Amino acid sequence: MASNHLTGIGGESRQLATWYFTFAAIIFGAQLLFGLVAAIQFVMPGFLYGILDFSIARIIHINALVVWMVFAMFGSVYWLLPDETGIETVGIKIGKLLFWVFAAAIVVVVLVYLFVQVGPADETTIWFITEGREYIEAPRWADFGIVVVVLGFVANLFFTGMKGKQTGIVTVLMADMIAFAGLYLAGMFFTDSITMDQYWWWWVIHLWVEATWEVFVGAIAAYGLITMLGAHRKVVEMWLWIEVAMLFGSGILGLGHHYFWIGAPEYWWEIGALFSALEPLPLVAMFVHVLYDWGKTQGSADERGDTSSVISNKPAFTWFVLNAVGNFLGAGVWGFFHTLPQINLYTHGTQFTAAHGHLAFFGAYATILVGMFYLAIQGTNGLKILNHTKLSIWSTSMIAGGMMGMTVALTIAGYIQVVVSRAQMGATWAAYFDGQNGMWFAQAMDWRLIMGVIVFAGFILLAIDLLSTGKSAVHEK
Amino acid sequence: MANKSVWSDNRFWKRSAAWVTGFSLILLILLTFDTMSQVAMGNDADLQNGVTKRVPGPTVINYKITYEMSAKRGHEVPVIGEKEKFFGRDDYSEKEAGALLHLGKLGQQAKNCMDCHTLLGNGAYYAPDLTKAWLDPAWGPEGPMQAMTGKHTKEEAMAEFLQHPNQYPTHARMMPDLGITAKEAKGLVAFLKHMSSIDTNGFPRNFGKMQGAVHGK
Repeated sequence: MASNHLTGIGGESRQLATWYFTFAAIIFGAQLLFGLVAAIQFVMPGFLYGILDFSIARIIHINALVVWMVFAMFGSVYWLLPDETGIETVGIKIGKLLFWVFAAAIVVVVLVYLFVQVGPADETTIWFITEGREYIEAPRWADFGIVVVVLGFVANLFFTGMKGKQTGIVTVLMADMIAFAGLYLAGMFFTDSITMDQYWWWWVIHLWVEATWEVFVGAIAAYGLITMLGAHRKVVEMWLWIEVAMLFGSGILGLGHHYFWIGAPEYWWEIGALFSALEPLPLVAMFVHVLYDWGKTQGSADERGDTSSVISNKPAFTWFVLNAVGNFLGAGVWGFFHTLPQINLYTHGTQFTAAHGHLAFFGAYATILVGMFYLAIQGTNGLKILNHTKLSIWSTSMIAGGMMGMTVALTIAGYIQVVVSRAQMGATWAAYFDGQNGMWFAQAMDWRLIMGVIVFAGFILLAIDLLSTGKSAVHEK
Repeated sequence: MANKSVWSDNRFWKRSAAWVTGFSLILLILLTFDTMSQVAMGNDADLQNGVTKRVPGPTVINYKITYEMSAKRGHEVPVIGEKEKFFGRDDYSEKEAGALLHLGKLGQQAKNCMDCHTLLGNGAYYAPDLTKAWLDPAWGPEGPMQAMTGKHTKEEAMAEFLQHPNQYPTHARMMPDLGITAKEAKGLVAFLKHMSSIDTNGFPRNFGKMQGAVHGK
């Protein structure tokens, strides 16, 4: 990416953002590649058996997911800080150093996952190979490294926010990122009790993806609406505060829906059901917010007789709208499907969860972060209006369509599991495989793989577009 | 833009967000204190005195565990019965049983079990749920696994399987050899037996009660 336009106030911060985005995009590719391996193994269990088993493919699939999103989130903050605060990011040199530390640590962790895979049942494995806890398998040494790097990032954000103009968006990000960093600590200890283990593990996972990350998305969407549409800051920030209230108001106690069956008391049934049933509401609000501001801005432009589009970055805005839809559909609707304990008793731990997980992570997070990639390309190349290319339209359609298809396939697979393995057969080892052998389940897994291939092909097109669109002639300088 | 009403005042919404978040957080912390006391692991005295704990102490491996319908609670609960031999003994001390559980939990993490299996319903969906695996009829005297592994008790069959999973395929999707030693396997089986005694509010429903419902007898 040419960086000749990354000059002036905030140029350093923006440059660092492009590093974060580039690394994030590479890891995104790795996430999809290992996801494909795991999807192939569902269809052909002998594939790479004993070499790269499902567990290893899946660890890399879900860890790469978390890592690329965190990298892209950090990149987004470094990108928007100069715009919001009006100053260069404080401590940017340390920020750049920490980027390399972070990236190097991630590479080491992944190589160990790939080539060491498992260890003996003792503390050395926990410290140096894997902690074996979904999403945060990273060994303990890396935990400490991550904490240092994240604290450095949070310090950059805080000092910049306090020195420059502290807008509503920056204030929300400051509060949100400190919570995001602090929550990681809840996943850094060992306990003999699997119940205790899961209780605190969910503090990290749930309070990240159903609280702090969602608020982050709200802040990024607010920034995007102001940047791409010229939406009114006061209105956008008022919406943002309402969303924060709704997201934290439902999301924090919505944590209870993970405590139904892990050994925790029964009252989590009521608390989890009530608050997690409210969780889709802010997602509806965010959806309305994006479309309302778009319509309002375009409408007033039309009234002035200016009929051209008010959107200054078409691909980014497309991804932001996909975020508004995908967040509501994937996190909201697919989450609500199975959040009530009466239903969750049968759906918990089936492909229903996988269907929800895939569409929610994609809809709520992948979309908006890809949108940020496009904002960075526009800024890096100094373009007034970034338009769609054929590639950006094809890649967006293939990725979004493929993800939706994958979600439908997994939902059907989950349905068979619920009916056969759970309701009819009572969840034993034999019941499990009776469900897995069902024709509908097997066909759903075939379709999931086909859809996965489409998503991966879409990603290749996306990567080509990200690398080449800056020089395309379709944009306005 | 003049503030004409509190409803269009950013400060009002900012403060509301802070209050709502703070209130939720305080409630979560209070509930966490209560949950922590309720899920604290029990001890050997509890087991001997018949005190029911949501998460019993490690010496629960000295006892027979079943999963029975509770009329009062409306779902199944683990029931801890009389003494039962576990690898030939039913007199594991608190320290010995604790060490086995510790080894098993470490092993569960070191071998990435939850990236194929689910435990308490959490994990990956490539292999069966292990929450009540100890109570699975497949490992009992009527099930196929003891004969397959050539062992005469549930725990020995499980330990043998864990050490050489690729020799005992139960499905085209085979568990890979994870280098599990005999000692680690014993710890893992203790971990599984302990997990089956955790009160999971009736999850999974009808476990092991529905054999033949699909295929008929």
